[in-house]
Amino acid sequence: MKRLRMIGLVIGLAPAAAFCAGQVNAEELTGTLKKIKETGAITIGYRDSSIPFSYLDDNQKPIGFAIDICYRIVDAVKKELKLDKLVVEFNPVTSSTRIPLLANGTIDLECGSTTNNADRQKQVWFTNTHFLTATRFVSKKSSKLSSIDDLKGRSVVSTSGTTNIKQLTEANAARNLGINIIPAKEHAESFLMVETDRAVAAVLDDILLASFVAGSKDPDAYVISKDAFSKPEPYGIMLRKDDPDFKKVVDGATAALYQSADGQKLYDKWLMQKIPPKGLNLNVPIGAELKKEFAKPSDSPDPDSYTAM
Amino acid sequence: MNYHWNWRIFWEPAPNGTGTYLDMLLSGLVLTIETAICAWIIALAFGSVVGVLRTLPSKTASWISFAYVEFFRNMPLLVQLFLWFFVLPELLPRSWGLWLKQIPNAPFYTAAIGIGLFMSARVAEQLRAGIGSLPRGQKLAATALGLTTLQGYRYVLLPMAFRIIMPPLTSEFLSTIKNTSVAITIGLIELTGEARAMQEFSFQVFEAFTAATLLYLLINIVVVIGMRFLERGLAIPGYITGK
Repeated sequence: MKRLRMIGLVIGLAPAAAFCAGQVNAEELTGTLKKIKETGAITIGYRDSSIPFSYLDDNQKPIGFAIDICYRIVDAVKKELKLDKLVVEFNPVTSSTRIPLLANGTIDLECGSTTNNADRQKQVWFTNTHFLTATRFVSKKSSKLSSIDDLKGRSVVSTSGTTNIKQLTEANAARNLGINIIPAKEHAESFLMVETDRAVAAVLDDILLASFVAGSKDPDAYVISKDAFSKPEPYGIMLRKDDPDFKKVVDGATAALYQSADGQKLYDKWLMQKIPPKGLNLNVPIGAELKKEFAKPSDSPDPDSYTAM
Repeated sequence: MNYHWNWRIFWEPAPNGTGTYLDMLLSGLVLTIETAICAWIIALAFGSVVGVLRTLPSKTASWISFAYVEFFRNMPLLVQLFLWFFVLPELLPRSWGLWLKQIPNAPFYTAAIGIGLFMSARVAEQLRAGIGSLPRGQKLAATALGLTTLQGYRYVLLPMAFRIIMPPLTSEFLSTIKNTSVAITIGLIELTGEARAMQEFSFQVFEAFTAATLLYLLINIVVVIGMRFLERGLAIPGYITGK
């Protein structure tokens, strides 16, 4: 009897489902959604070492906070397009290749730690902010540096081509500190410079610093400054510009995630607990600004719009 | 392709406050040229000495130069720069290492020396081939004239050998210029480094790298033309490279 009712339900629902599917088609899918529907696959761009947002675990599989968020987006896209099966493909990107690969359609979403700012919005769109980070510096505890002014006349490293080095340069000029700024090619190299005493401090996004310190030989030897060079800047997942239909789905999925209890849970999973592959614990509690943003998700590139109050 | 082209980006102010994006690329170009010239001088000087050593009859000399050449040419340039910059200071006594680390412009000197030594191994091999291509009679004639080995090289062998290897040396000079781009690994913000920085700030990837490509092409064309004139000016009528 129960089985019969099931069949009845299915028969009853079938026309409705068909009707809905018909409606989606009638709306004429465009852009990324059309491409996903046609190919039955979505491609996620990942970074190989943006811990804990997007990186490779010991099985060379991309994992991280941003990757988990992207899985939620994929589910939403699958639901929106009423697909039974949606293949998720992964493609590695670097800071130089992420734009071309997104523009030419190789990847559909970039799930990493890309800062959302106004200049970049001329080229790509971002979905709701998943993290806020400020520019701070790390130094050895033994060098006893606590404020930005303590860096006066010292050698300080930052990664070239980042907003961090730009803010360091500006602070150096504005406060007349006479800091010898050393540009490094990569974040890991910046930290290496402090480890090997080539520089007394490294200026980077605080979350990156936390991951380097946690992964270093002696995490207790380092301290991250309270003093920040910038207001908290938003990280966002990147998608192609001028594709409002896709952005609507992605924004909807991320907003629903952040506003639910799952948002906080996902945050804690990657930033408050031990994460693979080495079991590091970054121990970065959620800030008041991000908590507020999660309650009211936003894709604004303006740091001023993210306030604690 | 969903890409927002903006070729006027070069005239927009760069966020690092040193002028426009074009200024940024040009300052990178200057650094590239400076590094390449310093590296090339080192490569020529060391390469010539080692190349000559390889052709001497002495067993020790040829063994030393053989080891030198194989050491520098069999290791990727990237690895070599990394070793010079990060590993060497750790191997030295602590105070020396610290002094080395605190030299201002350390990436520039490291890059010039590292690339120079890497290229010197290649120059040495070219020179050995050049000297080897000379008829044996030349060396014998020099000895017969009563010239010492040093004089024989100075007045007879090297003037001809260098003329013969001029075309491959041009290629080596071009490689030196292009190899400077590897120096971004040790934080030298030359042309490639500035192009990367530009795309990071503006997200105009293709414009940045197109400009860098054109600038590399431009300096290389200048070098090729210059070397062609030099070759013609030095040619000896009636001999291999002359007409």
